[in-house]
Amino acid sequence: MSAVAMALQDGWVVAKRNLTKIKRIPDLLIFSTIQPIMFVLLFAYVFGYAIPTQGVNYREYLMPGIFVQTVAFGAGITAIGLAEDLQKGMVDRFRSLPMSRAAVLIGRTTSDLLNNVFVVTVMSLTGLIVGWRIHTDIGRALLGYVLLLTFAYAMSWISAYIGLSVKSVEVAQSAGFIWMFPLTFLSNAFVPTGNMPTFLRTVAEWNPISSMVLSLRDLWGNAGQERGTGLPAEHPYLLACGWIALILVIFVPLAISRYREAASR
Amino acid sequence: MNAIRAEGLVKHYGEVRALDGLDLTVPEGTVLGLLGPNGAGKTTSVRIITTLLKPDSGHIEVNGIDVLRHPDQVRRIIGVSGQYAAVDEYLTGHENLEMIGRLYHLGKRKARARAEELLERFNLTDAAKRTVKTYSGGMRRRLDLAGALVISPPVIVLDEPTTGLDPRSRLGMWDVISERVRAGATLLLTTQYLEEADQLADNIVVIDHGRAIAQGTPDELKREVGGERLEVTLGSRAEAQSAQEILTKVCASEAIIDEAAHRVHAPVTRGSWALIEAVRQFDAAGIEPVDIGIHRASLDDVFMKLTGQAPAEPSTEQEVAA
Repeated sequence: MSAVAMALQDGWVVAKRNLTKIKRIPDLLIFSTIQPIMFVLLFAYVFGYAIPTQGVNYREYLMPGIFVQTVAFGAGITAIGLAEDLQKGMVDRFRSLPMSRAAVLIGRTTSDLLNNVFVVTVMSLTGLIVGWRIHTDIGRALLGYVLLLTFAYAMSWISAYIGLSVKSVEVAQSAGFIWMFPLTFLSNAFVPTGNMPTFLRTVAEWNPISSMVLSLRDLWGNAGQERGTGLPAEHPYLLACGWIALILVIFVPLAISRYREAASR
Repeated sequence: MNAIRAEGLVKHYGEVRALDGLDLTVPEGTVLGLLGPNGAGKTTSVRIITTLLKPDSGHIEVNGIDVLRHPDQVRRIIGVSGQYAAVDEYLTGHENLEMIGRLYHLGKRKARARAEELLERFNLTDAAKRTVKTYSGGMRRRLDLAGALVISPPVIVLDEPTTGLDPRSRLGMWDVISERVRAGATLLLTTQYLEEADQLADNIVVIDHGRAIAQGTPDELKREVGGERLEVTLGSRAEAQSAQEILTKVCASEAIIDEAAHRVHAPVTRGSWALIEAVRQFDAAGIEPVDIGIHRASLDDVFMKLTGQAPAEPSTEQEVAA
């Protein structure tokens, strides 16, 4: 069996094991959808009247932002899952087996991706209820979802690296998420960048989250007139794909090498 | 041939020298008991042998395969069970074993069949479809050990396999472990229970501060440390004092008296001869002992003497019938 085939086969065995846990404790899934629904409602009804967006209804403008933020936070659970496996000795068990060294990570990121698919579905429904619509064609609509989930998958690998680097599940619970607040809020996800001070605006425009959000707005026809300046405004797809590739190229090898060295306790 | 051969293993954790030039050899088909107090380096050695940890220096081979160079090949022939039961508590017992079988690449059908076989062997069939969360500590340990035996590996490494088990479960575990050894497997086991090492191990290595401080068969170790002693319990203090004189003469060594317990003992070299001679002289002096016998040092004595620490659990001294 080739190394890649083995990684995928073993990875699927591990992914099924992770999904069994969700099946046995469905509360996990239910609670992971409550936060995004809450965000949609709070932003749509509380901020919706205070944040001016030119040429587009705020709820339409907001939804791609919330989608990207939600999958980024959803990827954070990868850190918790791996930290838990490490703490409970499961990683030791896996590492003593003749399985692919990438399988535990492939399995975990895959099951977390499927978790994200579910969350995105629930959010889309919530969005439709509050008045969000996709105004383009089915092809571009699907392309948007594919891009969104690919980004979620890449973020999972950053999270995997964090989960294998921290000492306990408790630390993973904050370390896996804390950096996502500045990452997602310092972007065009919730407010147009036009009114930010120059320095912040530059950071926000080059933020991977912004490129993702702008791409989705374009693909789904939710973009307003104001889209920022320079390269990030002109080539959102290029930047979004570039960021995803960069994250994967850096964090897949980093996380795998962490896994190889990981020692419990 | 040696199934496990380690030479000069050294491992530091920061300032702490967990292993300090440890050598180990386990001939094929035998059981080595790795004995030592907490923090002696037992778990570190196990983690190195099972490819989980790289030593700072030293050489290690399993069935002739260099563990540091070809860890993948080693993982295919070892079964490992750790100190903390590493089973997934959200899966059922059956699902746990099937998953391990799949990850050994047995194929779906074989992995399932093997899981059922093992569940039966470990008396877990009734609990096979329950999640491990509902298992008792003993059941988890059994499942974890079953996990180590999924492929009937030629080399088995168990880190304190029966810690925390009740005596009956422990006996059951010993049974299964001995069965694998009779089938030709090589076993390295760490334990704090001397009785366990005495029961299962062909050879024992006592380690402390990351170094082997004694090795040999259980009998050799006991002899080396304690040898035998003649011990007599009398009915009164006066008799005990007379017995002390007799024993000192017979054993050619100062007999020690415990006046409160009316007990006297002295080290002997020719145990049976000394026992007969002592009985004769007691008879001649009109002394009738309450109890008399030759006592051999237990592994507890060995442990105490070598490491200066009491073992985890006292086991009773063995009496050798004369």
